[in-house]
Amino acid sequence: MSADSTTKNPAPKIRAAQTRLLRRLCEACAVSGDESEVRAIVLAQVRPHADDIQVDALGNVLVIRPGRGRKKRLRVMLAAHMDEIGFMLTHHDGDGIFRFDTVGGIDPRQLPGKSVWVGHDHIPGVIGAKPIHLTTSNERKSTISIDSLRIDIGLGSNTKVKVGDRATFATKFSRVGPSIRAKALDDRLGVATLIELVKHAPENIDLLAAFTVQEEVGLRGAQVAAYAFNPDVGIAVDSTPAMDLPTWEGAGDGGENSRYNTRLDAGPAIYLADSATLADPRLVRHLVDTAESANIPYQIRQPGGGGTDAGAISRSRSGVPSISVSIPGRYTHTAAGIARVSDWRNTLALLHTALSTMTPDLLAIDR
Amino acid sequence: MTELLPFLKSLISTSGLSGHEAPVRELIESTWQPLTDEMSVSRLGSLHGLKKGSSADPRPTILIAAHMDAIGLMVTSIQDGFLRVTEIGGLDARVLPGQLVTVHGRRDLPGVIVQPPAHLLPPGAKDGPVPLNHLLVDVGLRPRQVNQQVRNGDLISFSQEPVQMQGETLAGRSLDNRASVAALTLCLDELQTRDHAWDVWAVATSQEEVTMGGARTSAFHLRPELAVAVDVTWGKSPSTPDHKTFPLGRGLTLGWGPNIHPGLHASFKKVADQFEIPYATEVMPRHSGTDAFALQVAAHGVPTMVVSIPLRYMHTPVEMVALKDIRRTAHLLSEFISQLDIDYMDKLTLDELS
Amino acid sequence: MKSLIQELVETISPSGYEAKVRELIRTKIETLADEVQVDALGNLIAVKGGNESSAKRIMLAAHMDEIGIIATHIDEAGFVRFTTIGGVSRHTCIGGRVRFLDGTQGVIYYEKLENTSSLPTFSQMYVDVGAASRKDCPVRVGDVAAFDRDFSAYGDRVVSKAMDDRIGVAVLIETLRKLKKSPNQVYFVFSVQEEVGLRGATTAAFGLDPDIGIAVDVTRSGDTPKGHKMDVSLGSGPAIKVRDSGMLSDPKVVDWMVNTADDAKIPYQLEVLEGGTTDARAIQLTRAGVPAGCISIPCRYIHTPSEMVDLNDVKNAIELLLELISQEVELG
Repeated sequence: MSADSTTKNPAPKIRAAQTRLLRRLCEACAVSGDESEVRAIVLAQVRPHADDIQVDALGNVLVIRPGRGRKKRLRVMLAAHMDEIGFMLTHHDGDGIFRFDTVGGIDPRQLPGKSVWVGHDHIPGVIGAKPIHLTTSNERKSTISIDSLRIDIGLGSNTKVKVGDRATFATKFSRVGPSIRAKALDDRLGVATLIELVKHAPENIDLLAAFTVQEEVGLRGAQVAAYAFNPDVGIAVDSTPAMDLPTWEGAGDGGENSRYNTRLDAGPAIYLADSATLADPRLVRHLVDTAESANIPYQIRQPGGGGTDAGAISRSRSGVPSISVSIPGRYTHTAAGIARVSDWRNTLALLHTALSTMTPDLLAIDR
Repeated sequence: MTELLPFLKSLISTSGLSGHEAPVRELIESTWQPLTDEMSVSRLGSLHGLKKGSSADPRPTILIAAHMDAIGLMVTSIQDGFLRVTEIGGLDARVLPGQLVTVHGRRDLPGVIVQPPAHLLPPGAKDGPVPLNHLLVDVGLRPRQVNQQVRNGDLISFSQEPVQMQGETLAGRSLDNRASVAALTLCLDELQTRDHAWDVWAVATSQEEVTMGGARTSAFHLRPELAVAVDVTWGKSPSTPDHKTFPLGRGLTLGWGPNIHPGLHASFKKVADQFEIPYATEVMPRHSGTDAFALQVAAHGVPTMVVSIPLRYMHTPVEMVALKDIRRTAHLLSEFISQLDIDYMDKLTLDELS
Repeated sequence: MKSLIQELVETISPSGYEAKVRELIRTKIETLADEVQVDALGNLIAVKGGNESSAKRIMLAAHMDEIGIIATHIDEAGFVRFTTIGGVSRHTCIGGRVRFLDGTQGVIYYEKLENTSSLPTFSQMYVDVGAASRKDCPVRVGDVAAFDRDFSAYGDRVVSKAMDDRIGVAVLIETLRKLKKSPNQVYFVFSVQEEVGLRGATTAAFGLDPDIGIAVDVTRSGDTPKGHKMDVSLGSGPAIKVRDSGMLSDPKVVDWMVNTADDAKIPYQLEVLEGGTTDARAIQLTRAGVPAGCISIPCRYIHTPSEMVDLNDVKNAIELLLELISQEVELG
């Protein structure tokens, strides 16, 4: 059965408009616990396409696009998280200089010498570092601790900036050859993908889209969203690290990189196992079969640690068959990640095609 | 009239690494053109702008120098589409991971400095700061494209955009020492309407961060009677020692030490006091770390002075200055220059005791 | 070519004591140049080419000195204590042999060490010249020596002490020999005291005040097992220096060299060296400044008694240099 015969809704494409939307999403600041900027963009995007839209108690955006026809349909939940890692101001030392703490997993070595946006007004600031001239060579051998770093917003005081405000890296989105360079590609790529799926929802399923909050601090939004949706199937749409870098010794000296997690240009990353989920084998088979018959490149994410919203969904209520499909991205949780447009396009194509061919038969056989 | 903020923003948005100053030099040249009577470029790439004095020929000459070169990186090899790099100018490798850069290949390529995951690093480089030779640059292109666009020796600039902040401050890359280039420019501006007996050679020097070769060779060529190096100094900021740093927005510093002529230093103090320009004395017990080190020993030797603008987070991509301090520096220079008598050199004395 | 190199590298002439090698070079070039002179520091300068006023003055520099040692004390038992001339490293000294200017040979060893896991310092080392007492010792305080090691050729790879920078000297001599005509006035400078701080080139450049400067020296390579990372290897062509730790080559000079090599189909590599510098730095910083660059011969094991270069790189360096200097030069 071809995809076309099961849906009247045409397949979504990545074009200039989609890239513009991704730019807005990436340049928005939505540190876990304060996702309002991204939520506003998501709501504006999905409103014309869905009647059933809710913002729940935690701030998740829950969108339902019911399918059509008499046949029994699967209720498929798709989750992409809106939040990103960032900072919170913890103390004003005076004269525009603030102490801060990190929110989500950030390597402190990524902080010195960066510019930041503070609060909803994106007030510019910088995280400075001691001049190299005033450091000793011993000092340069140890990591600069977060305790000794400050966010500096300039001289004087500002009523718009206060303790408790969030901040993010101030990285502008840019297109680079076949790639995108931006902050927060984890998981605005997923959010942008899910928006397209809502806009082009296949009619053979009930599509339950959750734009979740607080993923970076423990999959907390997805947990309540899954409870509310009570779906038959759960799919997390996320971004996963591509660590396809050369080793120091280089391949010639036996220094092969055997722990790359995923690779750019290799297509959507289908999860088998991470620390939060063992993917449902029926969903794995369906995604792999779909990719192979539709000639969409895909890769298996190297089984290992980490976790996505799928972990929370799979443990919801009496359990939900779940899987994650991620867009590979280099340098996750730093000021600037790099992802390929082709991987994004192929992920959207794989998800849309796979959803378009999902029927209750999929779960008829036991796991 | 040069508008300081937009001019400074364009200065720090233009590349010009040590030895490769042409892009920023062209910008300065076009700005100085209407402000000077004569211009030239030295064989090492320094820009010379002459503002002629009003006294009879031959006139004494003061050289005011600010280096225009910026620190950055250079490609040392290409591996699987990633670039390995070394530094140009002193960089603390701890501020590099995650920085946005521009790789000046066959065309300019945006990129990012990458800290590889620990398991891809050799033992010994896994914990703590990752040294520069283990960092990579990713330009988002596929390996084949990288090999076409980039070769060893290509330069890499930081691409941090200017950050305009409250309290009339600006943060960004290369403010060391483009802030001083802006001060020289404002000084030339002020001199348009001032009478000055001396010839003024404004010099935007090359290669300060590497060899100070620009200042050394330009001073040899121009043979000034006096020379002033305008540079930045360490601004007081979190985690810096108080005794070596100066607060932002509270004035400039006047250097004092072996690179500085004591009589010239005293003259600058007098002018600053007279015009109520706030300053601090900055002691430079050995090498001043500025072009003055090279200017002082050019040819027969030159009485030399250092004027500095406090700047936070030096040699990071988010260096920060207060615009007020730049204006004050320009004003002090122009007041000093217009007060220079034709017989100033006869009165200038090394003797501190008198 | 091999015999010229052998003669050059086997001559003992540490920094400051270049007389022997200078005389050797002089005999080789005297008939080739328009004029040969020796300046106050001992630099040997040969001139060839156009002398119209429009002729570009190009200074080529290869240093003829080498690293070595100098005797500081002769003890009662006849052992020679010494200090170094230039960048001698301790781990290449133990068991090594030296030869003084007068031909006296000696072996380097060291006192019994408290801590055997670390290298002895130079002050713990001595030279044994076979003397039984101070009176018997032919070496006097202040006598200088260089490493004593014969030239070997392993096919196209040649090995010796002092390949740094006698190989550059050989390149200059051969270039001068092959240079039939040039619109430029070319100064072939065989410089002194490079290993102790580019001193010869500094004064030679001031004296000549050239329009363009090119040093010919050795550079490190990154092609040995788990050696340091550097994208230069033996046999891949002469290296056009982009930078080293003492200078940034003038970008116009780099472009000139790259374009010339491309046009003449001469293989080359681009060199980014993170330790060391050459006479080009001294030329660049003289007087009002000189556009300067460097052509490097990739060399393994620099500053050991067994420096190795590839003759193909040497041949290509000569060709490149000839292409550069025999045509009119217009730097971009």
